[in-house]
Amino acid sequence: MTEPVVNTSPKNWDEVKTTTCYMCACRCGIRVQMKDGRVTYIDGNPDHPVNKGVICGKGAAGIMQHYSPGRLSKPLLRVGERGSGEFKEIEWDEALGLAAGWLSEVRAKDPKKLAFFTGRDQSQGLTGWWATQFGTPNYAAHGGFCSVNMAAAGLYTFGGSFWEFGEPDWKHTKYFMLFGVAEDHGSNPIKKALGQLKARGAKIVSINPIRTGYSAIADEWIGIRPGTDGLFVGALIHELLTAQKIDGEYLLRYTNSPWLIIENEGGADDGLFVRNAQNSALVWDSHSNSPMPALSPDAAPKLMGRFKMPDGRRVVTAFTLIAERFIDAEWSAENVSERCGVPVETIRRIAAELARTAFEEEIALDVPWTDHLGRYHEKMVGRPVSMHAMRGISAHANGFQTCRTIHLLQILLGTIDVPGGFRYKPPFPKPPPPGVKPAGKPGQVKPNTPLPGPPLGFVTSPEDLLVDAEGTPQRLDKAYSWDAPLAAHGMMHMVITNAAKKDPYGIDVLFMYMANMSWNSAMNVPDTIKYLTQKEPDGSYTIPKIIYSDAYASEMVHYADLILPDTTYLERWDCISLLDRPISEADGPADSIRQPVVEPERDVRPFQTVLLDLGTRIGLPGMTRTDGSARYPGGYPDYIVNHERAPGIGPLAGFRGPNGRAQGRGTPNPEQLQRYIDNGCHWFYELPDHMKYYRHVNWAYLDWATFFGFIGKPEPVIHQLYCEPLQKFRLSARGHGKVVAPEQHRKRIADYFDPIPFWYPPFEGEMVSETEFPMHAVTQRPMAMYHSWGSQNAWLRQIMSRNWLYMAREMAVKLKVADGDWVTVTSHHGKIKAQARLMDGVNPETVWTWNAIGKRSGAWGLKPGSDESKQGFLLNHLISELLPEREGGYRYSNSDPVTGQAAWYDLRVRVEKASDQSDVSAPQFATLKPLERVE
Amino acid sequence: MTSLPPPSAKKLGLVIDLDTCVGCQACTTSCKEWNTQGYSGPLTDTNPYGSDPSGVWLNRVHGYEVMEEGQAQSRIVNFPRSCLHCEEPACVTVCPTGASYKRAEDGIVLVNPETCIGCKLCSWACPYGAREYDQSQGVMKKCTLCVDRIYNENFEPEDRQPACVKACPTGARHFGDLGDETSKVSQLVAERGGYDLLPEMGYKPVNKYLPPRARRDATNTRAEALPRPDGSAFDRLFQWADKVLSPRKASARANEPDHSGKLEG
Amino acid sequence: MHPAYSVILFTTASGAGYGLLALLSLVGISHGEASSLAFGLTAMVVALGLITIGLLSSTFHLGHPERAWRAFSQWRSSWLSREGVAAVITYLPAVVFGAVWSGLIAAPALIAPLAVVTAVMAMITVLCTAKIYSTLKTIRSWHNPWTVWVYISFALATGAVILAAITAVFGNFPAFLVYFSSVLMALAGIIVLLYWRSIDAAPRDLTMGDATGLGRLGTVSQWEQPHSAPNYIQKEMGYVVARKHAAQLRRLVIVALVLAILLMLSALAVPVAALLAMALALFAAVVQRWLFFAEAQHVSSLFYGAQAA
Repeated sequence: MTEPVVNTSPKNWDEVKTTTCYMCACRCGIRVQMKDGRVTYIDGNPDHPVNKGVICGKGAAGIMQHYSPGRLSKPLLRVGERGSGEFKEIEWDEALGLAAGWLSEVRAKDPKKLAFFTGRDQSQGLTGWWATQFGTPNYAAHGGFCSVNMAAAGLYTFGGSFWEFGEPDWKHTKYFMLFGVAEDHGSNPIKKALGQLKARGAKIVSINPIRTGYSAIADEWIGIRPGTDGLFVGALIHELLTAQKIDGEYLLRYTNSPWLIIENEGGADDGLFVRNAQNSALVWDSHSNSPMPALSPDAAPKLMGRFKMPDGRRVVTAFTLIAERFIDAEWSAENVSERCGVPVETIRRIAAELARTAFEEEIALDVPWTDHLGRYHEKMVGRPVSMHAMRGISAHANGFQTCRTIHLLQILLGTIDVPGGFRYKPPFPKPPPPGVKPAGKPGQVKPNTPLPGPPLGFVTSPEDLLVDAEGTPQRLDKAYSWDAPLAAHGMMHMVITNAAKKDPYGIDVLFMYMANMSWNSAMNVPDTIKYLTQKEPDGSYTIPKIIYSDAYASEMVHYADLILPDTTYLERWDCISLLDRPISEADGPADSIRQPVVEPERDVRPFQTVLLDLGTRIGLPGMTRTDGSARYPGGYPDYIVNHERAPGIGPLAGFRGPNGRAQGRGTPNPEQLQRYIDNGCHWFYELPDHMKYYRHVNWAYLDWATFFGFIGKPEPVIHQLYCEPLQKFRLSARGHGKVVAPEQHRKRIADYFDPIPFWYPPFEGEMVSETEFPMHAVTQRPMAMYHSWGSQNAWLRQIMSRNWLYMAREMAVKLKVADGDWVTVTSHHGKIKAQARLMDGVNPETVWTWNAIGKRSGAWGLKPGSDESKQGFLLNHLISELLPEREGGYRYSNSDPVTGQAAWYDLRVRVEKASDQSDVSAPQFATLKPLERVE
Repeated sequence: MTSLPPPSAKKLGLVIDLDTCVGCQACTTSCKEWNTQGYSGPLTDTNPYGSDPSGVWLNRVHGYEVMEEGQAQSRIVNFPRSCLHCEEPACVTVCPTGASYKRAEDGIVLVNPETCIGCKLCSWACPYGAREYDQSQGVMKKCTLCVDRIYNENFEPEDRQPACVKACPTGARHFGDLGDETSKVSQLVAERGGYDLLPEMGYKPVNKYLPPRARRDATNTRAEALPRPDGSAFDRLFQWADKVLSPRKASARANEPDHSGKLEG
Repeated sequence: MHPAYSVILFTTASGAGYGLLALLSLVGISHGEASSLAFGLTAMVVALGLITIGLLSSTFHLGHPERAWRAFSQWRSSWLSREGVAAVITYLPAVVFGAVWSGLIAAPALIAPLAVVTAVMAMITVLCTAKIYSTLKTIRSWHNPWTVWVYISFALATGAVILAAITAVFGNFPAFLVYFSSVLMALAGIIVLLYWRSIDAAPRDLTMGDATGLGRLGTVSQWEQPHSAPNYIQKEMGYVVARKHAAQLRRLVIVALVLAILLMLSALAVPVAALLAMALALFAAVVQRWLFFAEAQHVSSLFYGAQAA
């Protein structure tokens, strides 16, 4: 018998199209194979700058997402009570007419009565602009419970950030510290990079209470206690300062370390930079022994010291204050060790390793460059220490200051945008913080009028807050109020609670997109459901109208009144824009598009096109011509090509201008989308070598970035180790300034708006009894489901259709819990029942689970009673969106006091063996009536 | 056919780096999507949207925890597992029909879906749990090493590799000829001490696993600490700041710094 | 291993059938033609019927029974193929022997040579069945020298007790058969006890550390399975009966065999007791066979959390 003949060259496809993945926030380039109009295979696009050919577990399961039975198929109008699942199918015209009617009414009356929040939106360039045109300040995406601490801390410190605005210099770094990262934004780039670091033998240190995923392959795992990273990093800083192992030259040249700060206790100018008549900050010049403008090429600034200004004011360098803080024994390894759960020797050794790598293994690239003061540098010198941090830092109430502490460490070592360090991704760096201020102050929200600026931006003083004279928040979510002054991503987690409590005011329409706010995206799910169905005495809903757009039958669908069914990611146009959240590489800017690779066979429309259509129907200026006709009749692709934010600058930076040769700036090119498609649906501009590092102070780069419209002026981005805007808030809390903090907020503002990074215990831990709730409870997103709505995905849910509560073996012994036992987990707010699994690689004080695996029975097109609902569970039920009452009864949101970032990792719990050992999790929610699908 | 062909010179297989795998499942879903339409397809799912969803997967990633001798911390090892394309595979010799066979040309072990009777004996004979029975198709399924990719003339050369290898974001999976000592995969195995799974079974797996490297943490790193000079650390920092950073003008240094916060100027 | 009823039925029924066939052959050698045509035909139909039911049942668990014919091709390497070939070949001498021995065809001279061939083929077939299991290195409790003897002894014991029952029904019940079948049952009992002792004593020295090769680093435990719901490997290979339960079932096998022997002996007085003895012996065989699977731990289960195999 001979071997069977195998066809080794089958062609299982008749067409291959490129587009961009949407299975998470990573936005890799993909190639989609199709046969007879059906998607048959998706793999990574080898030419794409983000993923260079690889794909992840989610991306390769995209087919099943696309063909999910959970897809919506037709606009729906609620006919029963909210939550009943009683809908009738309606035509698009009726749906859009209804929505436009509701929206027009709000806009004519009071635009802020529309709350428009867009979850996992990847088109915030459009949605934010739409909100501006509408005139409501109540707009944001999900950043408030995701990453705003990282974004804000970075942007206010060095004009870039962890999250998506930068990345380690994977090619050169020799020592990489990873804080609180399981799976993350930049999913494939980080994985690719970790593989490279492994191959090169660079050391990877992971600081994470849980040793899975990336931490599993780290050379060193520091199983820190949640919320104490700031202490650990502060102790490293203490060690480095004590041994003078810091990059003094970098600090002097590129940071505000030598800038002079007024010391005038009790005065209105205390803690502010002393400035000259030209408003320039000053340094103390050691040549002339006198103050000089900070950016003068001739100055030889003093790094440390206290001086007296010619006018008699007492000043001190910023660095002196920083050194005074961190050299204090409070930050010694001995002092922080127990609280962090990290041995003294480990802290000291890591500090020594950092110093050795930074200062004895310096890198010098033979690339000459010129800095912002015109100084010529023969080489690009770098210190090969890099860091990345994400949710484990972000989702704590001390996340902003902790992230600033990490940035301080990076900058003290001289590692920002240097070879081997942490690199910006263009369009970053931007001024720290970027110059955009949030719109929505009293008087800026007017009927039938656009906002004078975008709803999200960066406040630099109390005057920028969106509050009225009494200090009342102007935004529904209380972002940019005294509750959360630097809430740069808004506070989506507070929208429903506040709307239901009419605090600060009630709304007329809640309009959401891709945000599962009645389930895993809400803290405190049971109450959120209550709020969504809460009625007024007259029988009407407290939140009168809810419009929701989603491609899938998520739990939120049942609580909306009007459903606008979206397409899947393979059926739509999109742009991944530099105006929004770019996919750039450190080596240069990049953007990309999605093109529809298949036509929807359902009666669904892409949300962005629907949004533009609605804009035209209600006459929003940017979307309507003077004759009332649509400005973008072709929908979203029309907008992508023809919209201009500033002359020559549109959503896509590539292939602009009449012949498509212009990059960055150029007239709209009608062929632009085709050019993108021809180029694999992406555009990447690789910067020349002399513009690849030191970009915050790199003359050539700053000039180029100005031309591209990334920054307004070619000015250096001086790292703000001392963050003056925070001090301005502090002064207001002391009664100074034009806008003074209201009495009730003063202590909080004074305490947490420290211009120098510091650490404080997370609030929940402080406010509940440690003996009653001795454990920390956190979540991680599984790599195969990070940021994707994977529970209805036939393949991904096989990997994980339920979750377990993981706990340390040694703790389980103490609690008499055996592997497989069902346990109750109790917080100050609620109680759940979950099945325990034991492991060693977890901080003993911590329990954890995979996030968002638990689903409500009947949702997502799953059979009612599936594993996700029966054995799966959410920790969300244990997390309150509000902190316990303070004196006076006011309940702040459970958020970072600076940025409003939801503090869902602050959760404290008690774990006990459950008396009920049945194989079902608790709480169990009533089954949602599955939506009828029209095939 | 179930009698093994003479050993081939070419031994195609995978080398899996346990030191680099983060357990992201890229290899498993990429495998599933390629192979469900490939030689072994379809890879059927049971209850895909109900309770206990399960299906045929040719590659699965396990998670193990290892407590090392004398160490305080455990470590987690992500462990992808698929057919090892043994040199002397019992799964082939036990097959009563010849459906299970080892290719003479490159050593890939395949199941002919046209002739498999679905007796499952091969899955009993495999110690690695690498064969999965497809209930609805009534035949045994297994890793084909993407025999329909690696030679596929419709592909660009860089795509002629197994779907799992092409997908792997960390580069923890390597494909090549382990019969050729000079190949990249053979060299990797030699350098990193690549090992066979269950060599005592005697089936001589072609696929190799690269063991996790020794960690560089407290357990095996020289205790190192920065010097902590006597006296006030702050004063020393102050001196350092002044001397090290303002050396350009002697005149500047003439003004002795004030350590105690007294004022200058 | 998952104790699939089709396989249990197959191995016990065909085992008993081949045992009976072999013993009928011995009867043919020793006594010549059957005592009556009815007895001869009945005994042959029962033997071949059991064999055929067993073989058919073995095809029930095939994914593609219509392709079963392909299983005859790989006799050079596969014991399963050999078993198929042997089983089919056995029919030829068996049918001819049956016809001659029962007196359907008068050719007394051929009885002895046909009987020898039939008996040898029957035993070869049982041996092939046993070899399918005993050659699997992946299952320690099967990869055991006693496995073959268990299959052969149970085939003969159940064959003998069936033969005794048939003779009892036909009223030509020789005391010899009572003793003979009792001895065979006792032997089967002793052999299965020895088998159990052997598999209990055999070190289950492969661990999760060996399977994964991670044992070189330290003690290995499973922290997460590849998928949250059980898959084919877990369902097929992961079935292991609890030790306590297995011990009870083992006792049940022995008790059933002892009772069967006692009943068989009492059949000397009350021949119909032989029928009860047969039922009990077959019950013992089925339970033993169920245990054979349920107690078997597959090496691949080490990847899924088993500590040793």
